[in-house]
Amino acid sequence: MGGFFSSLFSGLFGTREMRILILGLDGAGKTTILYRLQVGEVVTTIPTIGFNVETVTYKNLKFQVWDLGGQTSIRPYWRCYYSNTDAVIYVVDSSDRDRMGISKSELVAMLEEEELKKAILVVFANKQDMEQAMTPTEVANSLGLPALKDRKWQIFKTSATKGTGLDEAMEWLVESLKSRQ
Amino acid sequence: MIKKFDKKDEEAGSGSNPFQHLEKSAVLQEARIFNETPINPRRCLHILTKIIYLLNQGEHFGTTEATEAFFAMTRLFQSNDQTLRRMCYLTIKEMANISEDVIIVTSSLTKDMTGKEDVYRGPAIRALCRITDTTMLQAIERYMKQAIVDKVPSVSSSALVSSLHMVKMSYDVVKRWVNEAQEAASSDNIMVQVGMVLVWLFICPPSCFSFIYPCLYHVMFPMHLQYHALGLLYHLRKNDRLAVTKMLNKFTKSGLKSPFAYCMLIRIASKLLEETEGGHDSPLFDFIESCLRNKHEMVVYEAASAIVHMPNCTARELAPAVSVLQLFCSSPKAALRYAAVRTLNKVAMKHPSAVTACNLDLENLITDSNRSIATLAITTLLKTGSESSVDRLMKQISSFVSEISDEFKVVVVQAISALCQKYPRKHSVMMNFLSNMLRDDGGFEYKRAIVDCIISIIEENPESKETGLAHLCEFIEDCEHTVLATKILHLLGKEGPRTPSPSKYIRFIFNRVVLESEAVRAAAVSALAKFGAQNDDLLPSVLVLMQRCMMDSDDEVRDRATFYMNVLQQKQKALNAAYIFNGLSVSVPGLEKSLHQYTLEPSEKPFDMKTVPLATAPITEQKTEIAPVATSKLPEKPAPSRQDIYQEQLAGIPEFQSLGPLFKSSEPVQLTEAETEYVVRCIKHTFATHMVFQFDCTNTLNDQLLQRVLVQMEPSEAYEVVHHVPAPSLPYNQPGSSYTLVRLPDDDPTAVSCTFSCTMKYLVRDCDPNTGEPDDDGYDDEYVLEDLEVTVADHIQKVLKPNFGAAWEEVGDEFEKEETFALASVRTLEEAVNNIVSFLGMQPCERSDKVPENKNSHVLFLAGMNLPDIYFILKGSE
Repeated sequence: MGGFFSSLFSGLFGTREMRILILGLDGAGKTTILYRLQVGEVVTTIPTIGFNVETVTYKNLKFQVWDLGGQTSIRPYWRCYYSNTDAVIYVVDSSDRDRMGISKSELVAMLEEEELKKAILVVFANKQDMEQAMTPTEVANSLGLPALKDRKWQIFKTSATKGTGLDEAMEWLVESLKSRQ
Repeated sequence: MIKKFDKKDEEAGSGSNPFQHLEKSAVLQEARIFNETPINPRRCLHILTKIIYLLNQGEHFGTTEATEAFFAMTRLFQSNDQTLRRMCYLTIKEMANISEDVIIVTSSLTKDMTGKEDVYRGPAIRALCRITDTTMLQAIERYMKQAIVDKVPSVSSSALVSSLHMVKMSYDVVKRWVNEAQEAASSDNIMVQVGMVLVWLFICPPSCFSFIYPCLYHVMFPMHLQYHALGLLYHLRKNDRLAVTKMLNKFTKSGLKSPFAYCMLIRIASKLLEETEGGHDSPLFDFIESCLRNKHEMVVYEAASAIVHMPNCTARELAPAVSVLQLFCSSPKAALRYAAVRTLNKVAMKHPSAVTACNLDLENLITDSNRSIATLAITTLLKTGSESSVDRLMKQISSFVSEISDEFKVVVVQAISALCQKYPRKHSVMMNFLSNMLRDDGGFEYKRAIVDCIISIIEENPESKETGLAHLCEFIEDCEHTVLATKILHLLGKEGPRTPSPSKYIRFIFNRVVLESEAVRAAAVSALAKFGAQNDDLLPSVLVLMQRCMMDSDDEVRDRATFYMNVLQQKQKALNAAYIFNGLSVSVPGLEKSLHQYTLEPSEKPFDMKTVPLATAPITEQKTEIAPVATSKLPEKPAPSRQDIYQEQLAGIPEFQSLGPLFKSSEPVQLTEAETEYVVRCIKHTFATHMVFQFDCTNTLNDQLLQRVLVQMEPSEAYEVVHHVPAPSLPYNQPGSSYTLVRLPDDDPTAVSCTFSCTMKYLVRDCDPNTGEPDDDGYDDEYVLEDLEVTVADHIQKVLKPNFGAAWEEVGDEFEKEETFALASVRTLEEAVNNIVSFLGMQPCERSDKVPENKNSHVLFLAGMNLPDIYFILKGSE
């Protein structure tokens, strides 16, 4: 019965559940971000082998958020979950200068995928609480974001453990998704 | 019958099973909706069910398509529908081995197993453990440890059961969880025992694991707990009779709650009684007897069945058990009636008088609405009833024989077979009944039982031979079972030529050549040849038929026909005997090996048949009992015999490689008492000029490690001990073999028998019974064994001559030697025959080892082969 009503409502208001992927290298903080968004708390995490999927409600909008593991061995499976994706949250560990290049190439490869052509890109320059963290501009440049064409994107400075920057980022994402419809 | 059922099933099935006509590709196509959002749990559930159904039907999924479906399925984790999630767990478990990269669900399952939903946790653990390999196990180790001590029993038991599965794969990791298991064991709930079982697991050898898994799985159900705990305890101790006795004493005194456990206890007790040959005054028997008064019918039945099956039960001991079964015969519960009548049926031949007491109740069961019960009742009555009631019972049974399943028809055939042994005069009634049954539809097992039964009747009653053969001839005219057709053709070839009018069988045999498959055609050709060889007046026509067989399309048939044609045209008795009646007597795997060896090392010399080891234990003629018709399963292909295995083992020892082919291996001889410190048995292997004595030694002392074990032999005759091969080390309870090589005396070939006094010599190292760690230094010790005798039988290999008369003729008069021996110590003819057979170790032929009753003279045909290749054929009479 509940399913019937919710499908009725979504039919009336045209607000279907948005599908969002959280991607990024291992240890960037994807799982922490997912649960920070879902329950508003910092949970202890272990490296994700596979994926976590949760429903996140933000400003009365429902998101189905997929957090895919970032380990080298798991990255090849990302593509299995690309279809029907509305937005990609790409998480970068701003203090990990050494692997910025790897992060960039993974991002570039991902954006080339046909299934993600219409997906909005939000980059989280995460771990801003760390001393040696790069600024969002530095991160954006290292990832080559300014060169992106035909893609709606934005970068935010965040700290999942402190909870800073997530609201602004989600705000922007919600607006962008709404305006696109 | 079978066909009819199939049809019914089909008709009924098309309506009731919605998954009947599933197409794998269509289902996989449907599985694409897993990728859609939002998810429709009901539809997805249905598709998952279809996939699992297909998997369980044995449908093959390619790796790519399975992986694709699996990844699509992982998307269903976004739904929080409980049923759907649990279906996902099932799918994961089913596909764990056929899809690639199943570890993709690790995180999701880990989350479910640690989450708040208790319904998810247990199944998630089990699914997770199915997809986890050794490298991944470390990652989830922490969660597994937590789960083992979880306060929710289903979680804890799931974790325990899963850990058991993982032991197979990563013993070292799981071993680290023993503290958690112990903690689980000390908690105050049902998991106590589960934990304990796990602890046992760590102390028992890996060979026990496969047994323990199912036990543990069920241990979580309290009712079965005692049962499985008992089963496990028994299994761990079953090699230690003392421990089993102690355990039995403990439980029989303290009593158990579970009736299953009681049944198990009864079984263990009766097995122990049987092994120890304990008298019926033992407390174990009293325990079983007391179970006859248990309040659970299951226990009562088990006890009654145990007593009835015991060897050497007196009538007084039997009476209470039989009266319990009698009571069950009139129980309103069909299962009890069935159990009772089935047990009575089994022991009807052993305790006829006791079973006769139940005749009245059995008569009532003849009309039981359950056909299985009725069949068993009738067949029991057939076994115990008087000769006069046979006709009535046969009529009764033929009224519904078409309504019972094949399995019970086999029971009927067995009863008839037993009846024929008892009342040979009734064979015509039986034969008629059997031939009617043979005409009915039925499966292979059923037909084989009938054919075996007819064959045994023919062998028992010479006067029934012609009718029997006629029925069999009729049967092969329309027989779809190659095995049976060839068997019957072989029999026709053996028996047919010796009947008054052999010509009438030729038509049936030649029809096979015209109509049947290659295997049957080849068998038919062989049968034809036997007619030609034995009946001179038929020979010309057989030759004509043979000529036609030579144009067969199959190689084997043509080869046989050409071969027999040429042999037959020689018209020589000796040739016929050697090549047509009595085939090769070598072991088939041995021949294969020798030929292979010969082709590997090309030599000028032609292949010598004499180098091939002889076949032991000929199959066909040894069947002296006809009762276990259905159980006598013929091997599908020639499995290597015991001797072939020994041959292989001995060939692996460098010292013995030059001895040539193994001629004969004896049965094991015990050289120690059954329950001594060391158990030694000896197998005598005879070679052309040597003998190898294989001593299988077992060390039953857990605080000793024996090293360099060898057996010193002192011969009484001119035998010469050449070499010892010691067993390097004998740890507790692990058998090892030591060999002694002895040369047979060259100059005196008649010195066949010899007595050896044997002493086992070894180095003892004391060791800690718990860890098995031996001390650094040991001391030499010796142990006197019983004397070992080498007898005539060790030098003679049994050879089966299916047609003894022909073989006897073949040898001819000039080699015949006649001597008379007086056997003073034997009283009956049967005893004399048995003694002669076992002393000489030769093969009785033509069933001549069976002495007809009430006769005072008997001719025994024995065939054997001595070293080096002298055939012995012995015809003895008294």
